[in-house]
Amino acid sequence: MSFHPAMDYGRGRHLSARQLPEEGPAFAYTAENRAKLEAICARYPAEERKSAILAALYLAQHQQGYLTRNAMREVASAIRCTTADVEDVVSFYTMFYTRPVGRHVVQVCRTLSCALMGAERVTEELSRAIGIAPGETDKAGEFTLLEVECLGACDRAPVVGVNDHWHECQKPEDAKALVDGLRARGAAALTGCHLRVEKT
Amino acid sequence: MSELLLTSHVREPNSYTLDFYTQHLGGYGALKKALGMTPDGVIDQVKASGLRGRGGAGFPTGMKWQFVDKKSPKPKYICCNADESEPGTFKDHVLMERNPHLLFEGCLIGCYAIGAKVAYIYIRGEFWHVQEVLEAELEKARKAGFIGKNIFGSGFDCEIYVHRGACAYEAGEETALIESLEGKRAQPRLKPPFPAVAGLYGCPTAVNNVETLCNVPLIIDRGAEWFAKLGPEKNGGPKLFCISGHVQKPGTYEAAMNVTLKDLIYDPKFGGGIRGGHKLKCVIPGGSSVPVLLPDQIDIPASFDGIAAAGSLLGSAGIIVMDETTCMVWAAENLLHFYRHESCGKCTPCREGGDWLWRILGKIERGEGQMRDLDLLLSISNNIMGKTLCAFGDAAATPVLTTIKTFRAEYEAHIREGRCTVPAPWRSGARAHAGAH
Repeated sequence: MSFHPAMDYGRGRHLSARQLPEEGPAFAYTAENRAKLEAICARYPAEERKSAILAALYLAQHQQGYLTRNAMREVASAIRCTTADVEDVVSFYTMFYTRPVGRHVVQVCRTLSCALMGAERVTEELSRAIGIAPGETDKAGEFTLLEVECLGACDRAPVVGVNDHWHECQKPEDAKALVDGLRARGAAALTGCHLRVEKT
Repeated sequence: MSELLLTSHVREPNSYTLDFYTQHLGGYGALKKALGMTPDGVIDQVKASGLRGRGGAGFPTGMKWQFVDKKSPKPKYICCNADESEPGTFKDHVLMERNPHLLFEGCLIGCYAIGAKVAYIYIRGEFWHVQEVLEAELEKARKAGFIGKNIFGSGFDCEIYVHRGACAYEAGEETALIESLEGKRAQPRLKPPFPAVAGLYGCPTAVNNVETLCNVPLIIDRGAEWFAKLGPEKNGGPKLFCISGHVQKPGTYEAAMNVTLKDLIYDPKFGGGIRGGHKLKCVIPGGSSVPVLLPDQIDIPASFDGIAAAGSLLGSAGIIVMDETTCMVWAAENLLHFYRHESCGKCTPCREGGDWLWRILGKIERGEGQMRDLDLLLSISNNIMGKTLCAFGDAAATPVLTTIKTFRAEYEAHIREGRCTVPAPWRSGARAHAGAH
């Protein structure tokens, strides 16, 4: 459906002819991811396959770690849209990475509630412990440190996300232990504290 | 209201399971009851209850549903807004994680009322662990026959799907949410047409917040009159309040809206007062987009109308408490960093103005400001207010306008003394403010 109900533009016409050059290694979904994507597409009306574009991008990113242009071409072919549509979406949403990121993407919430509880200091200490500035990835490809906007867990501030897991109520002095733990034990060092029910 | 209605069992380890919901929480009884009523009867009940949307605007839910164009031959949809991204807000998170079946039941009743066969729960990308709970519990509810074909033998078919976003504050705006669900950038549409006429895929759509939908089964179960009497007139029903910042006990608390903002902050049952040895400086009562209230303004009902009368808004009920160690220029700069980052870029005043405001605030905070910057801040803010497609332009300008109005002396001190006059040990000392990242 078009942006304005009285005007039928945008569907089947005015398709971008912009070409997306190849970049990165060859990319094709694994059979498993392809099946997952088809199952998600089935949640939307058949002619609205584009609704599954975010899911398609998550699957590609999960498979390869980040989104190359080749991955975006595969997404466009799977979703049956133009590569321009894919670029448009990828460049808008912050959870898609177009450059390689570390195995552990450490994200410190920097917005007001977390900042009031000392998130700036937590970022400083994480930065010191990992040895990189916010926005950077270390040479070994182990860590990426990011400052992100509100994660929606302000009562347990400051919140630090490690990939899809959260570490809550982080103090500056906890930073080194978190980084050392991830270095030594990888994902096993995640505390899972965001999954526990507080008894208070 | 002492009885907890939305969050009574959220601390039980298994509160999120279907078994728990059917054994202790009336498990889909309200849906069964609703299916025995006419769809219009359900809408009438919700209208009579006076339920107001819990997402921020406080629009009456029954009216929203009534506006859905039922005569349209197109399919109808419910989009549940679970893109909880307003800074200071974390109530929907708790409901979805700990009481998901209440949300499903609300979605199903809403679909029945407006004639929809599909509801999409648009959840923000970072709530991965919440999405896992939702998907697993949806599957259980499907197997048990509460979702799917011919629910309770009534002939009503309905599906619920979770749709994961990818981090965009703007996706919380209803038309931007629809755009995002359609696989595009989350940018708002020009209204009208409103989603009730042309929403998802151009079809009649109701977009409702998680907490709003969670209230619907209560209304059907216990009646509109009972619901309306919980809390002040036109502000009925249970409400979740999110308290964060410098309080003893941050958290999500449920209360009727006749509770005062003061009690929410100080009562040991709720926030428990300001953290040790400090005193209250100001409160943002409804998520970062609303004006601040001073300590002498908080002895008011924490209701939509009560907080509006005091010159602010209940919004999403994200109560951010700041003590005297907080620099208000820093706080405004922090929030404008958020708004400039999250502006979807569609409307020039918000896209360019937000960035401009943030740069000037940074300059003042570093001690490089000039007095005329204050007039510039006000001028830019006033040129954003009301001049964008969606309300987020206003939201970006508000932190600047409200802090200058309330704490002008603090801004002037920064400029006069050429430094931050309210430095706090919990802030970064060596923080570089230079440049955008």
